[in-house]
Amino acid sequence: MIHFVILISRQGKVRLTKWYSPYTQKERQKVIRELSGLILTRGPKLCNFVEWRGLKVVYKRYASLYFCMSIDPEDNELECLEIIHHFVEILDRYFGNVCELDLIFNFHKAYYILDEVLLAGELQETSKKSVARVIAAQDTMVENAKEQANSLTNIIAQATK
Amino acid sequence: MACKLREFVQRVRACKTAAEEREVIAKESAAIRTAFKDDNPKRHRNLLKLMFMHMLGYPTHFGQMECVKLIAGNSFPEKKIGYLGFMLLLDEKQELLMLVTNSIKNDFNNANQFIVGVALCAFANLCSAEMASDLAAEVSKLLQHSNPYVRKKAALCCVKIVRKVPDFGESLLRPAITLLSDKHHGVLISAIKLCIVLCQTNSTLLEQMRKETSNLVEILKNLLTSEYRAEYDCSGISDPLLQIEILRLLRLLGKADADSSDIMSDVLAQVMTNTDARKVPGSAILYECVQTVVHIEATKGLRVLAINVLGHFLSNNDNNIRYVALNMLVKIVALDLQAIQRHRSIVMECLKDADLSIKKRALDLVYALATEDNVKALTKELLEFLMNSSRDLKQDLTMKICSVIQKFASSKLWYIQNMIHLISEAGEFVKSDSLYMLIVIISNTPKLHGYTVRLLYNMVGKWKNQESFALIAIWCIGEYGEMLVNHAGELEIEDPMTITEHEVLDTLEDIAAKSKESINIRVFLLVALLKLSSRYDTCTERIKDMIENYKHSSTLEVQQRAVEFSAIILKYSSIRKVLADRIPALNETVYESKRADGAVAALGPTVRVASPPLFSENHITAPTICTKLSSTDSVNLLDLSIDKEASGQTLDGFSMLQDLLNMDTRSSSKSSPYTGISDIDKNFTEDSKEHPSTSFGNEQFLEMYSAQGPMFPSIVALQTNRLKVLFNFSKPTNNPEITMIHATYLNCSSDLCTDLMLQAAVPKFLLLKLDPASGNILLPNANGTITQCLTVTNTLHGQKPLMMRIRVTCKVNGQEIVEQAQVENFPSGV
Repeated sequence: MIHFVILISRQGKVRLTKWYSPYTQKERQKVIRELSGLILTRGPKLCNFVEWRGLKVVYKRYASLYFCMSIDPEDNELECLEIIHHFVEILDRYFGNVCELDLIFNFHKAYYILDEVLLAGELQETSKKSVARVIAAQDTMVENAKEQANSLTNIIAQATK
Repeated sequence: MACKLREFVQRVRACKTAAEEREVIAKESAAIRTAFKDDNPKRHRNLLKLMFMHMLGYPTHFGQMECVKLIAGNSFPEKKIGYLGFMLLLDEKQELLMLVTNSIKNDFNNANQFIVGVALCAFANLCSAEMASDLAAEVSKLLQHSNPYVRKKAALCCVKIVRKVPDFGESLLRPAITLLSDKHHGVLISAIKLCIVLCQTNSTLLEQMRKETSNLVEILKNLLTSEYRAEYDCSGISDPLLQIEILRLLRLLGKADADSSDIMSDVLAQVMTNTDARKVPGSAILYECVQTVVHIEATKGLRVLAINVLGHFLSNNDNNIRYVALNMLVKIVALDLQAIQRHRSIVMECLKDADLSIKKRALDLVYALATEDNVKALTKELLEFLMNSSRDLKQDLTMKICSVIQKFASSKLWYIQNMIHLISEAGEFVKSDSLYMLIVIISNTPKLHGYTVRLLYNMVGKWKNQESFALIAIWCIGEYGEMLVNHAGELEIEDPMTITEHEVLDTLEDIAAKSKESINIRVFLLVALLKLSSRYDTCTERIKDMIENYKHSSTLEVQQRAVEFSAIILKYSSIRKVLADRIPALNETVYESKRADGAVAALGPTVRVASPPLFSENHITAPTICTKLSSTDSVNLLDLSIDKEASGQTLDGFSMLQDLLNMDTRSSSKSSPYTGISDIDKNFTEDSKEHPSTSFGNEQFLEMYSAQGPMFPSIVALQTNRLKVLFNFSKPTNNPEITMIHATYLNCSSDLCTDLMLQAAVPKFLLLKLDPASGNILLPNANGTITQCLTVTNTLHGQKPLMMRIRVTCKVNGQEIVEQAQVENFPSGV
């Protein structure tokens, strides 16, 4: 299973973290510190797997962002690379040529998407299209709710005039 | 006051310093806190800001209660943000979790699939064992939900439940199997994951799951042959991630079960032959398939096919693919050595990879591939590779080569040749016991003495600053130096060469000049020179001069040896020949047992190969004794007594070799806290174990040796700025075990000493009797003495020297003074 997902920028700034195994808040900080030290310094021609504290960390760099996932030692590293790629492609489709800034300003959207791809540290959906579909549907729901709320406040505002 | 999320993020990003950022965050935190208090409708927006702060590492605990409130709300956007905040800001160890259990339970029954979905997601992320037990029934109900979106999430939540509370497994087996016939890929992959977890936790469930093998094979076959579906296509492969999951479940089902292995073997072969390995998804499937083949009861043909797949991986350009292939091959090397041997040349190529982790794995694999048949070629290749390898790999590589040589050596000649090459290249990484082993083997192989010393002599010219290599070379030149000159024991493979005695000395001088710092080399060199002095008759003068040079060395050990040795050459030429004779062959069996002890003690992370006694077929017993000296102790100077209990393996560096020459570079005075007589006694016994040889005063022992009488020089047992204790010795002629010690006390200070008392402790093999002292008051300025007689019986006379720890207490100006010392410099023979 995947124990955690971390997105770090090349400067070591955290852009997204998701923990599927129990780590306390303190441990989480430590893990991020250690891993960014380990991964950001690796040369470009090295393989994308790092052995770390009895786990394997699979990472891949897309533009200025490092996508890191930690898996059990007996898990399939190539599969994990493919999952990372799967996630990135979905992000790309959603944001339209995704860049780091998209993930900074819309970090909650990135979390929503990740929650549709992975659950409990396991892959839940292999179809990019169906992820895109449910995300779009949820976005519409949020928009509708907002409009409704706005119109409600309008009504109240008018009534109290 | 409150701003939009976007503005806030921009403001934080605009900060130039960390202090500035902290200020912005602190201000916003304060604003959010007050907003939370007055029940602001913008609560969810504030919560998002908090999440952003949390990501930057700022404290956000005050937002946790707000999440709970949002989750309990009615609208979808609020719930969504509430759950997200809850997952981000909390971990499953926090007690607040209890508060949302009920909200989650209610949301499971919501009519909206997305609200159910977000509740399941939060559950999967945060569920503790307690929560799992509380909600298991609700979640398993959702497995039959009409909507696949809910079904797949529920299945993965069940995975989490079984991980937390394995007892729920049984009740989940039926629904899990039902889900396997689902057409939706998301549900299918989740169901397979659930099945995997069930099989892993419970073996009876695994048995029941085996019935589904053919069903799973069918699903996989359909995937392989199905027509193109854009939704699941991934560079021409139909849903690779689902295929991988099926293969993983098949692995569990086929493990140790011939029937199900048989059912799946066709489809596995099909996967391996038809999958395109050029892209990552294809390789991922192949890799998973190979793992499955390796774990199930596969036929030989299938296994060879799997190993060949890995062989192809090795020549792939992608580092990642090479990495997994090597990793896998190392694991399965025992399975089919022959099939893997075929890929050895590619593995050797991987040693040259730029990536260190690939190199290390390749090295592990090469090491595992070593057999008696290929060891010669392999060692040669590895040694060549060692010369060009980077430093970070050298240590590992050296240890591996060393181990291969020791494990598979078929002849002593081959062993000696390769060990010497290895040490000359990377001696610093060769363990001291391997160096010692080499010396033992060399010394036990008289036929190869000449060859070995000539090989070393030739190689020392191209010396690469490896201290251990220099030490071995110098040692051998010292021992077998005459064979350099007289062509003794020449082998057919050697090119005959003529070396003069002066050339040998030139070489030795050269090494000494190149290694300015090393004391070890200097000491070894001096011993070698002494030995050569009796063999190289034409150069006695030159050797004498060379030794003389070191008389002014600032290192005590070197200086002492230089003084002693030049005295031997000058004054005692009658015994020089005997002293400088070749050492007896070292006892291999003693060494083997010692090594075995060491192996138990040193059970570290490195795997030690069980080593049978080397070359037992022509094991040489009965070492030739060459020492003819009557007093065993006086041989100590050049002694090679390997039967000492000193365990060289516990010390790093060259302790083994130092042993060989009985070199003591440790300081002779040892201070250990005085805790009581019994402790002293214990210390003594331990000390005597690790430190049986004693350093003598420079020429003292030589004088003694020539005198041969029962007269012994007196020693200073204790000297401080206050007190001095002298020991004089005498021995009764009839019993050599007994030594009478006449102690004399002197007061060197200007104060009067009263209540003087001596306490002494000895190791167990000594018996000590103290006679009463002649008085207990010492006058100042050495005006007067006290004498006391001590009688020591050495039950191990001739085997162990005397040793003693003394403590003198006295009162000076009413204050108690304690002085103590360890007496080790007893004259030999007492």
